[in-house]
Amino acid sequence: MAHDQHNYLNHQKGIWSWLTTLDHKRIGIMYFIAIMSFFFLGGVFALLVRAELFTPGKTLFSADVYNRMMTYHGAIMVFMVIVPGIPAIFGNFVLPIMIGAKDVAFPRLNLMSWYMLMIGAAITGSTLFMQNVDTGWTFYTPYSSIKTGMGVIPMVLGVFIIGFSSILTGLNFIVTTHKLRAPGMTMTRIPLMVWALYSTAILQVLATPVLAITLLLLIAEKTLGVGIFDPQLGGDPVLFQHFFWFYSHPAVYIMILPAMGVVSELVATFSRKTIFGYTAIAYSSLAIAGVSFLVWGHHMFVSGQSEFAGVLFSFITMLVGVPTAIKLFNWIATMYKGSIRLDSPMLFAIGFMFLFTIGGLTGVYLASTGIDIHFHDTYFVVAHFHYVMVGGTLMALMGALIYWFPKVTGKLYNDTIGRISWVFIFSGFNVTFFPQFILGNMGMPRRYYDYLPTFTELNQMSTFGSWLIGTGFLVGFFGVIFALLKGKEAGMNPFGGKTLEWTIPSPPPHENFDKTPVLTGGPYEYR
Amino acid sequence: MNWFSFIPATSFMPVPATKESGDVDNLYIFLLVSGLISFIILIGGMVIFIFKYRRKTEDQKSAYITHNTLAEFLWSFIPFVIMMVIFAWGWNVFHDLRKVGVKGDVEVHVTARQWAWTFKYANGIEVNSPTGDKLEPNIPESTLLKPEIVVVPVGKTIRFILTSDDVLHSFYVPAFRNKMDAVPGRRTTFTFTPIEKGDFTVFCTEYCGTKHSNMMATIRVVDSEQFTAWQAAEIGKKAGAADAGPAQRGEALFKGSLGCSGCHSLDGSRIVGPSFKGLYGNKRDFADGSSVVADDAYIKQSILVPTAKVVAGFPPAMSSFQGRIKEDEIKDIIEFIKTLK
Repeated sequence: MAHDQHNYLNHQKGIWSWLTTLDHKRIGIMYFIAIMSFFFLGGVFALLVRAELFTPGKTLFSADVYNRMMTYHGAIMVFMVIVPGIPAIFGNFVLPIMIGAKDVAFPRLNLMSWYMLMIGAAITGSTLFMQNVDTGWTFYTPYSSIKTGMGVIPMVLGVFIIGFSSILTGLNFIVTTHKLRAPGMTMTRIPLMVWALYSTAILQVLATPVLAITLLLLIAEKTLGVGIFDPQLGGDPVLFQHFFWFYSHPAVYIMILPAMGVVSELVATFSRKTIFGYTAIAYSSLAIAGVSFLVWGHHMFVSGQSEFAGVLFSFITMLVGVPTAIKLFNWIATMYKGSIRLDSPMLFAIGFMFLFTIGGLTGVYLASTGIDIHFHDTYFVVAHFHYVMVGGTLMALMGALIYWFPKVTGKLYNDTIGRISWVFIFSGFNVTFFPQFILGNMGMPRRYYDYLPTFTELNQMSTFGSWLIGTGFLVGFFGVIFALLKGKEAGMNPFGGKTLEWTIPSPPPHENFDKTPVLTGGPYEYR
Repeated sequence: MNWFSFIPATSFMPVPATKESGDVDNLYIFLLVSGLISFIILIGGMVIFIFKYRRKTEDQKSAYITHNTLAEFLWSFIPFVIMMVIFAWGWNVFHDLRKVGVKGDVEVHVTARQWAWTFKYANGIEVNSPTGDKLEPNIPESTLLKPEIVVVPVGKTIRFILTSDDVLHSFYVPAFRNKMDAVPGRRTTFTFTPIEKGDFTVFCTEYCGTKHSNMMATIRVVDSEQFTAWQAAEIGKKAGAADAGPAQRGEALFKGSLGCSGCHSLDGSRIVGPSFKGLYGNKRDFADGSSVVADDAYIKQSILVPTAKVVAGFPPAMSSFQGRIKEDEIKDIIEFIKTLK
């Protein structure tokens, strides 16, 4: 770190100055440390789950232990890693800088969001030591409400609080984007990362309360015996699914839209070219956000809902495919006649496009009622959503990490380490999850502790792949440590980016800009 | 057979065994082929651009292209049309699979519970699956139990009317390309017309707790004559069972319709609940520290109110059999347990 220079890292000293900081950049770093710890834990559970599935029958654990590990893997990864991941870490760090602001609109609320994530995670995590939960991350009733232990209550309460963290962050980003843009920065001049975060924030604010209410109703049923979801008390178990997916389907886009924002930035910078179809990418984010509210029923084609409902949800789901396809076409068109450099962030962006294309195309299968009936709740679905959410979001997260690392720390991330990490993660993903499409074809249901011997080879391949992914992320983590200790000085703009964060020193000063910038053009003017 | 059956796209799927499943496979092949073409266009294009427009010198300029209305219209409109085709085709196939309101030639009431299926035919035949035996005796740590066989006639429309006694389950037959949730408090239907004879596996695909992966059954599709013969034999077996002694009837209940064998062993080994070996007349220690000698009253209470006395070291996982078991049946079970020294 540059000691002669005054920046946000040496502005104040001591652990207490971090824990009480109102600086969006420091809060971003605190999110990074927290979320990466959760990611490590969720990753360990993933490796254990895959290890158990290495052979049919009992390999390492009993069925109960397996079901719990599968539940914690899902709940940690979804609620504590992928949903908050990119917005909370990189959104916090770069969003205000990208629009020329000194901070987010509500710095205290921002700090409170971080504490709410911590408190929620602590309550959820505490169930690991008291009352393990084995419901799966979806907490489907009536299993969760009548058939399993009371550990579901603290687990769900933690998720409820984490949800509030998400709502507050979203609220903060919406107001920041509307109110704190620098002079000359119209809505059509904000970087696409900001558009993506803005669309995400709308989803967070509108969808998360539904999850919160649903979880409270679940707690009410479990503790007070109110008949909402449990048929023995006169409730409707499918109602829970409606409520749950009304949040959780938009949540898929809370996970993927920020990743798309990252990829837009990476493709423009490393192709050194104006983004193709800026307006189309920006508005397609809003379109995805809007339509995503109306598609939840595609998780329920076999739940017993009416055939008509299934058909309607299938139709609306197909519509989401269009803005998604538009984004992919635009990124590829941006590379056309560009000046492309394959630095490791760009490799991750390309990896994103590769994996996301497979994830997106297989999503069309699942949106089509006729074929979803066969694939629903099989390994095909497991493969599909890992390609989308994990292949997509985590690829983008790694790309974002290496891309903005020099801005955050003032040190360059070693490109060779980044490339090695990419090779392991990218190949590992395909080795892990591609065989699962085939397992789905064969009819292996998901969340299975034990399976027929015919499924053995593909499961072993998948487990082997999980080790490659694990190695890739360890290499990536080693890269962070290596860069902090031995990284080269980065300078203001190591990659030739055009957005505002590259016009200020690395690491940025306490209030980002010494002089408020004035914008006269769009964000990607490579002429 | 379908119009592009030369493409081995569905080679990983089980043989399509119903009238409807061939249509599902046609749609699948269309999706696979169109998806593959889309993938090649998108990712192929990307790879070509990566090599063709690689930065060779540090000051290399790029073209300045902000948008192209015609290209953007085409790449929005064409995917839209393709997706509408997939939607309409999917709807068509879905409607055929669902067969809403269709009466079956054979109707079977299927009840799911943790972790077994009960199939009840109109004439009183009852099949419970899985059985108590191991499916894979050669795999030492295998937990799978042998599926019981449910027989249906080929070429007829079969309607399964599904419900659940406890939590959500889902009835899935890969070879039929069909699936439907079993929802407590609700009736759903699973209708199919088998065209291939043979044995087809049923899985549970909605996560339902510890032994979710054990809930298997086998549907055996046979000729009409064989089906009639099977029914006659089953009815005969049932009549024979009624003449048996109480302990034998209890054993049949234990292994069959009550599905006790899914959770309780007879040889002292631990499955989900405690073993029944040496239960009667011996002391039981409970989670709350108390203990009692197992007698008729204790066993009856454990069947009707399982959470009243929970054996130490076991989860309170059992659900009540209140309303599912008759007074005589409890007596038979107790007689059976008495024989397990």
